[in-house]
Amino acid sequence: MIEIRDLYKYYGDRRAVGPLSATIEKGEIVGLLGLNGAGKTTTLRILACDLLPTSGTVRVGGLDVVDVPHEVRRRIGYLPDTPPVYLEMTVDEYLTFAAKLRGVTGADVEKRVDEALELTEVGSERDRPIGALSHGYRQRVGIAQAIVHKPEFVVLDEPISGLDPVQIVEMRDLVRSLGGEHTVVVSSHILSEIHETCDRIFVIRDGQIVASGTEKELSEALLSGMRVTLSLRVGQAGAARASQLIASVEGVTQVELAAETEGPGVASYRVALSRDTRDELTRAVVGAGFGLLELTRGERELESVFLELSKSSDEPARKKKKRKKPAAEPSAEEAS
Amino acid sequence: MSQALLIARRELAAYRRSPLGAIVIAGALLIDGIYFYWKGLTDKLVSAQVLSEFFYGASGTTMIAGIVLAMRLLAEERQTGTLTLLNTSPIKDSEIVLGKFVSAFGVLALMTLLTLYMPLLIFVNGKVSVGHIVVGYSGLLLLGAASLAIGLFASAVAKSQVVAALIGTLILAPLVLLWAVAKAVDPPLNRVLTSLAIHHENFRPFMNGILELDGVVYYAAVTYFFLLAATKTLEARRWR
Repeated sequence: MIEIRDLYKYYGDRRAVGPLSATIEKGEIVGLLGLNGAGKTTTLRILACDLLPTSGTVRVGGLDVVDVPHEVRRRIGYLPDTPPVYLEMTVDEYLTFAAKLRGVTGADVEKRVDEALELTEVGSERDRPIGALSHGYRQRVGIAQAIVHKPEFVVLDEPISGLDPVQIVEMRDLVRSLGGEHTVVVSSHILSEIHETCDRIFVIRDGQIVASGTEKELSEALLSGMRVTLSLRVGQAGAARASQLIASVEGVTQVELAAETEGPGVASYRVALSRDTRDELTRAVVGAGFGLLELTRGERELESVFLELSKSSDEPARKKKKRKKPAAEPSAEEAS
Repeated sequence: MSQALLIARRELAAYRRSPLGAIVIAGALLIDGIYFYWKGLTDKLVSAQVLSEFFYGASGTTMIAGIVLAMRLLAEERQTGTLTLLNTSPIKDSEIVLGKFVSAFGVLALMTLLTLYMPLLIFVNGKVSVGHIVVGYSGLLLLGAASLAIGLFASAVAKSQVVAALIGTLILAPLVLLWAVAKAVDPPLNRVLTSLAIHHENFRPFMNGILELDGVVYYAAVTYFFLLAATKTLEARRWR
């Protein structure tokens, strides 16, 4: 279990993180989501005992990162945003070095290196110098180095960034496979990269957690129902009338005329619903004589919420979060 | 301790694979050879003087080699991000510094020992004592260790290798030049400055085959001081 209580980190006068409190259960895969500069890397570096916190307590497996950093380091594997690999070493040499550095001894070293190679699927490249490997493979070697000593906790800083689509899928599977045996913390600035991988997501902004939960919980708590896009044939002057009509439908909280349109006489609306009232909506517009051309559910809805949450301290996003939050059950721990 | 050796071994392998170690050794041997030929073999000197002259020349290349060999030790790791690997492993900062130092000293010692053919030439063709050769080499190694420690400290402070070399030079050069400053000031201050100078009075006895405890203690102290400073620098970096 990882416990973070009132963590602050200042760089000079600038607050990078804090106040930040969170609890991560054993075997969980947790995503840390935030824009660049939100404090993700700083938080992870403190977890990995690379950096000391300014104040607050961080306990990894019950051990304090300030009091007994060596004990924590033995139990944690860390992949920084650039893999800490020596380009002139071969994969095998490097992993052997990393394992010994973390206190693996004797015959265990070879076994652990083999296991790490197998899990990260870089066995075929084990005798090549790391400098000759592609970015994707280097990233894998970086992960292999983080798990070679079988740590209870694995901390990965943006393991997916810069990978091609095939590699992203493979990397997701790899991270997924680490769960259970390891407690994993992954950071990313792109939601779609991690929402399928993680059991829970912390959205972080200005060094603070502004929302947390599973993807489903986050969207339920934060999205207030669903968003749909509606394309109607409204004729020359019907756009405003249709807009009024949509707004009058039960459950509609917001109607917005989209700028883009299929052609003359066609209007698109972005509609926010407090609950699923798509049936009523279609019946109403068709009944009023508008041609229903398209009704789609907003695909990137969580992404947009994330963006809203991540934007620099604009009040609406915060208010929204506070109002909706009681509905989200797992947020109890950060309220404490 | 075993962790320090682990780092030293990895570092030695890195020296072997990068051209830096070979270039430094080749360059030092070339300069030593030219100096030996120019100073030692052209003038009319007795064997012992030739040998002293050789150690004098080699001391210069040893100091430069010390700075150059040490500049990459920590600065390069910081540049490539691999320092994080060491920082997040259960290993003390002092072990990192010690491991780095030991490896660079290994290369420097190899470089120094490869010059042995020159004293041997004098030994075979002239008349010098084995003691003179042994004491001279001890001096070179001690001076080299001190220069490496200074370079290693510079490497711990600097963000890049070039800056590390620059800082190392900026520390070492004044230490060398202290004896000139000492000449210009009155006693008793001149005595203090002279004994603090890294080369002049501390190295001269070694060069002439006289083993003085002062020099040994001086070089050991300088080495220890800068290695400690490098360790403390690494520790302090965790706060920011």
